[in-house]
Amino acid sequence: MAILDVKDIRKSFGQTQVLKGISLSLERGQALSLIGSSGSGKTTLLRCLNFLERPDGGSISVSGQVLFDAADPSTQREADIRRKRLHFGLVFQSFNLFPQYTALENVTLAGKLLAREEADYKSRKKDIFARIDGEARQLLTQMGLADRMDNYPHQLSGGQQQRVAIARALALRPDILCFDEPTSALDPELTQEVLRVIRGLAERQTTMIIVTHEIAFARDVSTQVVFMDDGVIVEQGPPEQVIGAPVQERTRRFLDSFRQM
Amino acid sequence: MDLILQQMPVVLKSLNEGFLQTLKLFFVTGLGAFPLGLVIAFGSMSRFKPLSALTRFVVWVVRGTPLMIQLLIIYYFPGMVLHNNVWGSGEGGRFLASAIAFIFNYACYFSEIYRGGIQSIPQGQQEAGLVLGMTKRQIFFKVTLLQVIKRIVPPMSNEIITLVKDTALARIIALQELIWAGQAFLKGSHGIAGAIWPLFFTAVYYLAFTGVMTLVLGRLEKRLDYFR
Repeated sequence: MAILDVKDIRKSFGQTQVLKGISLSLERGQALSLIGSSGSGKTTLLRCLNFLERPDGGSISVSGQVLFDAADPSTQREADIRRKRLHFGLVFQSFNLFPQYTALENVTLAGKLLAREEADYKSRKKDIFARIDGEARQLLTQMGLADRMDNYPHQLSGGQQQRVAIARALALRPDILCFDEPTSALDPELTQEVLRVIRGLAERQTTMIIVTHEIAFARDVSTQVVFMDDGVIVEQGPPEQVIGAPVQERTRRFLDSFRQM
Repeated sequence: MDLILQQMPVVLKSLNEGFLQTLKLFFVTGLGAFPLGLVIAFGSMSRFKPLSALTRFVVWVVRGTPLMIQLLIIYYFPGMVLHNNVWGSGEGGRFLASAIAFIFNYACYFSEIYRGGIQSIPQGQQEAGLVLGMTKRQIFFKVTLLQVIKRIVPPMSNEIITLVKDTALARIIALQELIWAGQAFLKGSHGIAGAIWPLFFTAVYYLAFTGVMTLVLGRLEKRLDYFR
């Protein structure tokens, strides 16, 4: 069974229809790259998955459980949405680390707040926090930031900040980790260090959706590539097909614009 | 000179009493206006249009008219027009009316500073909290608030320094604060008349007080320097 099933997602802002019926599915352990020009709706789709935008139509299911169905109000209760978000993680283009917390605190904050909702929180607080701290240290070490845990975001480079943000998203063990142009705010050198980390996650079979303009990277790491244009999916399939031998004229034109650079 | 030295103990005692009233008004205003300002700020940012429009109108009126007029109206209106002096008579009544006027006036100024501070926090901070499963409340208290405080400390410091001196406006309804106490020796009080030097002394009190506030607020600003 697919871990993620997105059916016919539609979304408009005022008169502008940004998503015109997007359907896709993703298997556990796969990495899906979303490519397309700016304004094609890629970011809006990610934001819909993370419940930062509410779709006007369509449904989103994770592991067979319907998280959102525009036709079923019982799936749209504000009170449930917060928990549903936890199926997804989101890494932003602009990192959005919390500036007043250290790298380690950024990674542990949400987990420690969520732990309050556990039944035995009071009696086991110490153990729970120790576990969260331990896991966070492990994640940051994995991100190559073992010596940066106690630094504040402004003391870190953009690439380091983004790696902290990735650790922060991973700490809550989302089913699907989403990246929204994770390297667009970085220079080429820092871009490579972040892409290396994402590549490592792909090798460890992390289920991911990556919105990216790094076409070569998308070809290397993804099991599936989706090309979007003007709110619809123009072409999707394995990278060797969509990027290597695109069938659609629109896809070819888009990819050509990259080759010319 | 001998005369001044001779009058000094009497004058200082009187000025100290006035200063105590000034301090009281200052702290009561702060205590009331800090939280009320936040409430007004949320009102003016409300997505419920009538509420935000009304709040912004009130803030415009309060910030657009002299505090002195507000003091006079708040103090005299109930007694003279409604024939019900809600403030009660004497110094207690004058203090209550002054406190209400100051709290409301300063809350309106603070609300604009809060609003600017809150709106200057990038939307991404809120969104990052949301996708991490935090509640709106947790995001406000654990993520946004300290960033807002950091940004509003400098403009708030300005307002607080201004408030120290604005308390003198309560003189207009004869609240027995520092200026009132100093001015009394012009006309005659405690057997001293025609003395202007006590007024110079009141200036020293204000200077000392604003000096202390500047130091305290500067330290707070420094404490929040650890992040950007």
